[in-house]
Amino acid sequence: MGYSIASTCLRIDDYVYGEPGLCLANQIQYELLMASVNPRVLPGYRLSLGYTMFYMSLLVLIPLAGIYLKSFTITWSEFLKAAWTPRAIAAYKLTFGASVTAAGANIFIGLLLAWVLVRYDFPLKRFFDALIDLPFALPTAVAGLVYSTLYAENGWYGRFLAPLGIEGNNTRLGIVLVLIFTGMPFVVRTVQPVLESLDVEVEEAATTLGASRFQVFLHIIWPTLMPATLTGFALAFARALGEYGSVIFIAGNRAGETEIAPILVMNRLLELDDSGKLAAIAIAVVLLTVSFLMLAFINLLEWWSKRRGA
Amino acid sequence: MEPKPQEPAVLVPARSVRQDPWYVRWILISSALLLVVFLVLVPLINVFCQALADGPGVYWAYLIKDANTRHAIGLTLIVAPIAVIMNLVFGVAAAWAIARFRFKGRTLLVTLIDLPFSISPVVAGLLFIVLFGREGYLGPWLQAHDIKIIFATPGLILATAFVTLPFVARELIPVMEAIGPEEELAATSLGATGWQMFWKVTVPNIKWGILYGVILCNARAMGEFGAVNVVSGRIIGQTDTLPLRVEKLFQDKPSASYAVASVLTLLALVTIVLKAILESKTHSPSSDGPLQEVALRE
Amino acid sequence: MSITVRNVCKRFGKYVALDRVSLDVPSGCLLALLGPSGSGKTTLLRIIAGLEIADSGNVLYLEEDITRTSARDRNVGFVFQHYALFKHMTVFENIAFALRIRGWPNDKVSQRVHELLSLIRLEGLERRYPSQLSGGQRQRVALARSLAAQPRVLLLDEPFGALDAKVRQELRQWLRRLHDDIGVTSVFVTHDQEEAFEVADKVVVMNRGRIEQTGTPHEVFEHPANAFVMDFLGNVNVFHGRVENGRAVLGKMELAWPDYPHNESSPAAVYVRPHELDIDLAPDGVASIQARVMHINPAGSVARVQLEAVDSGNLIQVDLSPSRYKELDLQNGALVYVAPRRIRVFMPEDYSI
Repeated sequence: MGYSIASTCLRIDDYVYGEPGLCLANQIQYELLMASVNPRVLPGYRLSLGYTMFYMSLLVLIPLAGIYLKSFTITWSEFLKAAWTPRAIAAYKLTFGASVTAAGANIFIGLLLAWVLVRYDFPLKRFFDALIDLPFALPTAVAGLVYSTLYAENGWYGRFLAPLGIEGNNTRLGIVLVLIFTGMPFVVRTVQPVLESLDVEVEEAATTLGASRFQVFLHIIWPTLMPATLTGFALAFARALGEYGSVIFIAGNRAGETEIAPILVMNRLLELDDSGKLAAIAIAVVLLTVSFLMLAFINLLEWWSKRRGA
Repeated sequence: MEPKPQEPAVLVPARSVRQDPWYVRWILISSALLLVVFLVLVPLINVFCQALADGPGVYWAYLIKDANTRHAIGLTLIVAPIAVIMNLVFGVAAAWAIARFRFKGRTLLVTLIDLPFSISPVVAGLLFIVLFGREGYLGPWLQAHDIKIIFATPGLILATAFVTLPFVARELIPVMEAIGPEEELAATSLGATGWQMFWKVTVPNIKWGILYGVILCNARAMGEFGAVNVVSGRIIGQTDTLPLRVEKLFQDKPSASYAVASVLTLLALVTIVLKAILESKTHSPSSDGPLQEVALRE
Repeated sequence: MSITVRNVCKRFGKYVALDRVSLDVPSGCLLALLGPSGSGKTTLLRIIAGLEIADSGNVLYLEEDITRTSARDRNVGFVFQHYALFKHMTVFENIAFALRIRGWPNDKVSQRVHELLSLIRLEGLERRYPSQLSGGQRQRVALARSLAAQPRVLLLDEPFGALDAKVRQELRQWLRRLHDDIGVTSVFVTHDQEEAFEVADKVVVMNRGRIEQTGTPHEVFEHPANAFVMDFLGNVNVFHGRVENGRAVLGKMELAWPDYPHNESSPAAVYVRPHELDIDLAPDGVASIQARVMHINPAGSVARVQLEAVDSGNLIQVDLSPSRYKELDLQNGALVYVAPRRIRVFMPEDYSI
């Protein structure tokens, strides 16, 4: 129950009773009262929930409150001045655009990979299946490093693409490419379990009723996959929005052209005068709010897909 | 030698109705493989090629001879495990509360735990600057007591812990829900105290889930860049972790940068191998053998 | 160790699981909680065990009010429907668990575990893991585990529900013999009437959170308190009609029912068991009903005859002894007369089916 007899006795002794002997009886009465108020059969409820809330508050809630509080000390017009400059707007547009493009590409890549992994057999399948987790496990800095080297003019890819006029390094294309890399596992890993648990018999029924493979896919398989695909897209998108470590290597960070929002925050933070810091906080608050919205959206998606019986 | 519990054999027989025409199959398979090769495999090989481009001796020198790199290795080996242990304890506590009890705000709590996943690492680092920085809310107090958080190791630990907070919890919650409270209830009815039940019954059942979560958490913790970049102040030789070192070296000595990157890549490879192995242990339908009956809750 | 339950109520949200339930389990009794799903029997069992807490009411072991005592401190043996064996421990360690918790020395533990192993006839299997045992073996281990620390009370939640019919049969008889040997007060939950009757000293029939009737198997079967109990235990034919002046009137058939002597006619349902109906080739005054034979199933220890009443179209089921069946030499389509030998009449307020 978590109370020591000593501590409770001390409290009760202090206020009412002078006799330690009575203390035990009160202890038991007190415990019985708590039991009727909090009837849990398994132990550890208060301890686990208490620690969880404590840790969450310390590490997450208080810091979040802190930054919002700080942003409230700026007036609305100052806030707009900091967070709505042309440079910032360009950054938002770029971040959003690149993330949508990358996550969108990942929908197709992810669906293809999930389908191939679940439905077909080929040599080294387990090897490739494991490889798909690499973007998830690899530090973003390494991803950025490698991609910038590959697409540099004399890099393994760059040397083929440069003559074609396609520049990977220092361009928006590079940003999208690296975001595709970091977001790749999300759609695959969300769609895979759904694909695996698809009922064979439903497909067989459709086939006996005369549907072609393509029709089966369109009318039976895809509707089941859609919520998971959407969720995977949202996850990849959210990840891309905040991506920093890999983009920094490949983007060149030209303000207004290849400066994504997180990098903008960093750049403003590094400025020597105070207005930079304030601007960084303002932009960060904008990004934070978008994150919350994305999270709410993803949860809604997951709730919706559960309702559809996925 | 006791026979060990058997692994379930999960083999789905191919049903002919599901077979796509062979040309479709081959187009899809080859496109998929090409994508993986060009997007993932080639970059992976590239890291090692570039790292060893100047020969293994030079590679080794980059890692060992450079004092700053050595320090970065040491720092990473302090910051990451501490953050992982913090989040491990949290993850177990949160999973116990969420999986075993029903209370108001439970869904909100689960959502909150997911929060660090959707926040940009740079913003995460900024959160701690606002709190602990020189002009932050606690700044003056910290300065008065000569405690350094930002631009020092504690700040790195906090930022890393924040970013990797969800990993263990997210893994353990479904594991514990899938296992169900029966064994723990049985232990309680047999007279076990809370801690006896926890160590003798709960932990053995979730040990693979814990390992899985810890491995993912560690991979992310050791590789974290954005948040750590913000809180570290980039004081070379003092507050650079390995990923930060990669970036610093990239500006000065690219080939050394690759050497450090290769170490991190090896770590990532170990992570995905372990992940693949553990996946079969935690996400199999059950660890009972072929004699298991279907369990249906009323 | 007797168990007393007084006025226990329990709801889950809006759903009322138990509604002022009171029960007495004498010391040493083997009692069955019998009822359909949703009747509250499992909830009641778990409240007795301390695995659920009642909203109101009391549970006493002997005279001691243990309503607020945790499951851990009640010293009960509880056997779960799906065994809940500790997957990662051997059979030996599973059974020894309660003893190790209590700090028993190794030699005592070993002695007790081997005692129990021979009781459940699984000597030699103590080093196996639960996954290497059959369902019946696992259930026996679960039982041994719960008995290890000599609980005052043994509670079993549908202990044989997850097993094959044949294994169920064997384990039922085995449980009965075990109880006769050990004599610990036991309560078990089942939805299988046959099981309850075969194993238990006393049967408690429950429905929708209430106790419908308590008694020995014989009492409940022969003297059901209401229509639900009669209907739940075994097959029954129901005829709807009226009662007045000491008679039950079902269309053309009139039967004596002295329990209702009043003048005013009241709607009623007459319940007759298939083996309490007789078939005759000639009518028996107004006490029989004309029916046509629809289907005969002669295989088995009784011959099951299905008939359709000529007037009402009611389907009637009659069980005949093999000799009587042979005597009658019935054919499909034959017109015969069905006479109840023994009836029970229930008024509409009585039942809640």
